[in-house]
Amino acid sequence: MAKKRIVSFNVNGEAVEVLAEPRESLLEILRDHLRMTGSKEGCNNGNCGACTVILDGRVVNACIVLGVECEGGEVTTIEGIASADGLHEIQRKYLEHAALQCGVCTPGFIVATKALLDANPDPTEHEVRERLAGNLCRCTGYDKIVRAVLDAAETMRGEAG
Amino acid sequence: MAPENGNGKKYRVIGTRPIRHDGVDKVTGDARYGADVHLPGMLHGKVLRSPHAHARIVSIDTSKAEAHPSVRAVITGADLPGGIGKPSHAAVHNILADDKVLYHGHPVAAVAAINLHDAEAALDLIDVEYDVLDPVMDVRDAMKDDATLLHDSLMTSGIGEESDKPSNISQHFRHEHGSLDEGFTAADYVIEREFTTAMVHQGYVEPQNATAHVTPEGRVTVWCSTQAAFGVREEVADMCDIPLSNIKVVPMEIGGGFGGKLFVVLEPLAVLMSAKSGKPVKMTMTRAEVLQATGPTSGSWIKVRMGAKANGKLTAAEVVLAYEAGAYAGSPVSMAAMCVLAPYLLEHVRIDGYDVVVNRPKAGAYRAPGATNAAYGSESVIDELAGMCGMDGVEFRLLNAVKEGDRRADGPVYARIGFVETLEAAQDSEHWQTPLGEPSNGSTSRGRGIASGFWFNIAGNASATLTVNADGKLTLIEGSVDIGGSRVVMAMIVAEVLGLEAEDIHPIVGDTDAVGYTDFTGGSSTAHKMGWVCHEAALKIKAEVVERAAKMLEVDPSEVTYHDDATLTASSKPDDKLTFADVAAAANGTGGPITADYSKNSGGAGPGFATHVVDVEVDTDTGKVEILRFTAIQDVGRAMHPSYVEGQIQGGAVQGVGWALNEEYFYDDKGLLVNDSYLDYRIPTTLDVPMIEAVLVEVPNPHHPYGVRGVGETPIIPPVAAIGNAIADATGKRMYHTPMNPGYVITRLLG
Repeated sequence: MAKKRIVSFNVNGEAVEVLAEPRESLLEILRDHLRMTGSKEGCNNGNCGACTVILDGRVVNACIVLGVECEGGEVTTIEGIASADGLHEIQRKYLEHAALQCGVCTPGFIVATKALLDANPDPTEHEVRERLAGNLCRCTGYDKIVRAVLDAAETMRGEAG
Repeated sequence: MAPENGNGKKYRVIGTRPIRHDGVDKVTGDARYGADVHLPGMLHGKVLRSPHAHARIVSIDTSKAEAHPSVRAVITGADLPGGIGKPSHAAVHNILADDKVLYHGHPVAAVAAINLHDAEAALDLIDVEYDVLDPVMDVRDAMKDDATLLHDSLMTSGIGEESDKPSNISQHFRHEHGSLDEGFTAADYVIEREFTTAMVHQGYVEPQNATAHVTPEGRVTVWCSTQAAFGVREEVADMCDIPLSNIKVVPMEIGGGFGGKLFVVLEPLAVLMSAKSGKPVKMTMTRAEVLQATGPTSGSWIKVRMGAKANGKLTAAEVVLAYEAGAYAGSPVSMAAMCVLAPYLLEHVRIDGYDVVVNRPKAGAYRAPGATNAAYGSESVIDELAGMCGMDGVEFRLLNAVKEGDRRADGPVYARIGFVETLEAAQDSEHWQTPLGEPSNGSTSRGRGIASGFWFNIAGNASATLTVNADGKLTLIEGSVDIGGSRVVMAMIVAEVLGLEAEDIHPIVGDTDAVGYTDFTGGSSTAHKMGWVCHEAALKIKAEVVERAAKMLEVDPSEVTYHDDATLTASSKPDDKLTFADVAAAANGTGGPITADYSKNSGGAGPGFATHVVDVEVDTDTGKVEILRFTAIQDVGRAMHPSYVEGQIQGGAVQGVGWALNEEYFYDDKGLLVNDSYLDYRIPTTLDVPMIEAVLVEVPNPHHPYGVRGVGETPIIPPVAAIGNAIADATGKRMYHTPMNPGYVITRLLG
């Protein structure tokens, strides 16, 4: 087995350093080393999006990124979406629209939504569906999720304006 | 505005849409699911699974795995008190094989090691010698006289064919009344069609998991993802031979179930390995393991023959249902048989059901188990007959729809039901009244389909405890696992009774040591049974608060009135007004803490009916089907929290879309599963579906204090048939198989 390595990166603005096996994924680093269990494992092969995080501005599935690849990187997880002031508007809208049932896909959806609205503050319904197609939800049929995202976008545009 | 109940009383909280109490934790990542459990010193367990679909186990040698420096426990079926060579039942052998493996992925042994990777490596060190047998994968093949047998001792039970000859048919039953000859003779049109449906999985996003800790004194704690905490307690007690009360099951937040998490797959293994190692043991399934070896629902072969007069009146129906049970007996065919003709009034009926074992995972429950397959058959034939009679799908169904007092095809008489109301709502819908619109291009065509469905809904045992806190708020401990928002409904009921707001109640799900026995979350029963219990517990609190207020006001309790705004007054002292919070604050001095518990086995479940309308566009060059518009109408009895009622209907409809168009278990000729990932077992994504319009019809259930019928399961029943009917409308070709994927559809279009 390859020797463990020290990996240094930022998670939600905080510097972290972990001693990781080269084979360990970013998801294992987050969940097992840092005990940040908000990112979920649904498939461990990049198909479900439950572990979606933002790495250096890109939306990635943490289960198929190696931890050692994150050296020097900036990672945003679900734990970094709300602030001391309260929930993010996206989180508020998911709650208002009842856009979750079991909730296990919700962290991934919210992170993916954040990245979507950062890049495109005024998406069409189709653009929302396209950008969230990598996140699987088996409970809601997506209707209320898409509505929550469109509503969050509208509110955030209003605040920004 | 809040709706009215059957007595004309306006509800204040019921029917509104408060934010769910567990919501913040779920949007911040704080909510703790089973896989998030971490205990000091815990081991990680993995399961060795059969690489064959059907084989006899000649020998298992675990010595090399046991010698691995990281391994702390290894178990095989011999370690299960009900396992190898011991009298037991199928459920035990399903979680750890007996002398045969019966499906690809069947558990053979399990290992616990100090980390997950070493546990996986140790599995490779277990030597298993197999005598490989021919697999039997298809229900019709399995029913043949010369079929390879899964179980040497399985005999067919049921009607008229008790025999001492082993068979793969575990059961054959029949519901019959009237005379088929008479019924079909009276018909102007008779058609007979055969259908096949592929095995499909619930597809919950959270894989099964279990963490167990057994103390040296034999106290057991299990943290897991389950719809049935008390069921897990019973199964662990039974399978591991541990006294029931020594076991505490802690139901963690559950990441979807849809019936697939009613029975244990990992928990007893984790318990046995914890007992053996003296350490906590955590086990989680991979997605491949979930698909290979949990409890998907049956593939089936269905034959439907129906007759109608030219005026559209149904005269007779004959149905044959043959369902794959998987490796052990017990498919949902019995429920399918009760549902298949349930929406229609029929004088002459015969329904035959066959439960058939095949070399696939043991079928579990999946949302209205059995009913979706069956409705694909019956609702497709209904649609075709309607066309022959020159009627549209709503008119034909209205003419034949069951109403209060009618007898269901298999016997029971309906109380007040709302099937007709769902059809009328479909007829009145903007969707039904809007033309389809032009196809996108010259190689596409559009069609509209409609189908209906029936589901029983059940009730059952439930328990809850309410505690009044000194600040006038309440804590509610309830026994039902909350799989999708039921906690908020329970809080709303307590608030409704006590004149408070939903936010004043803090609802939590208790573990099996903290709350009274409660049946599983499933069968669309939770809002019915737990709602009823919370209602009764809140009434007890209300009565006690009246007593305490009487003491505080120094009047007789009969003088005290509890007002809708949670204030209390006495008739002899009209100026002295107390609030609920005043009484709560004084409780310790007026007789002690105010609490109430309530348990009940409630009956009186209210049947649910749904009617779905769907528009599709079919690419006639490729066979690809796109869903353009979807309206799902359902009699929900009472929409307690309309957002979550709509959400369940939308989610069920989209699961139905996946079943109809994409999803299937794909086995090779050796019986090995080849699509055991989300990439290849493809459930619908955001791009595969449009918005789903949920239309809530409310015909209150007369047997429930709030009129609740149950919601969750009915919406998965109509979509497959509705989509098949829409494709037929678009192309003129009837569909007889699921999934209706491009390959199948194009074959039908060319055929």
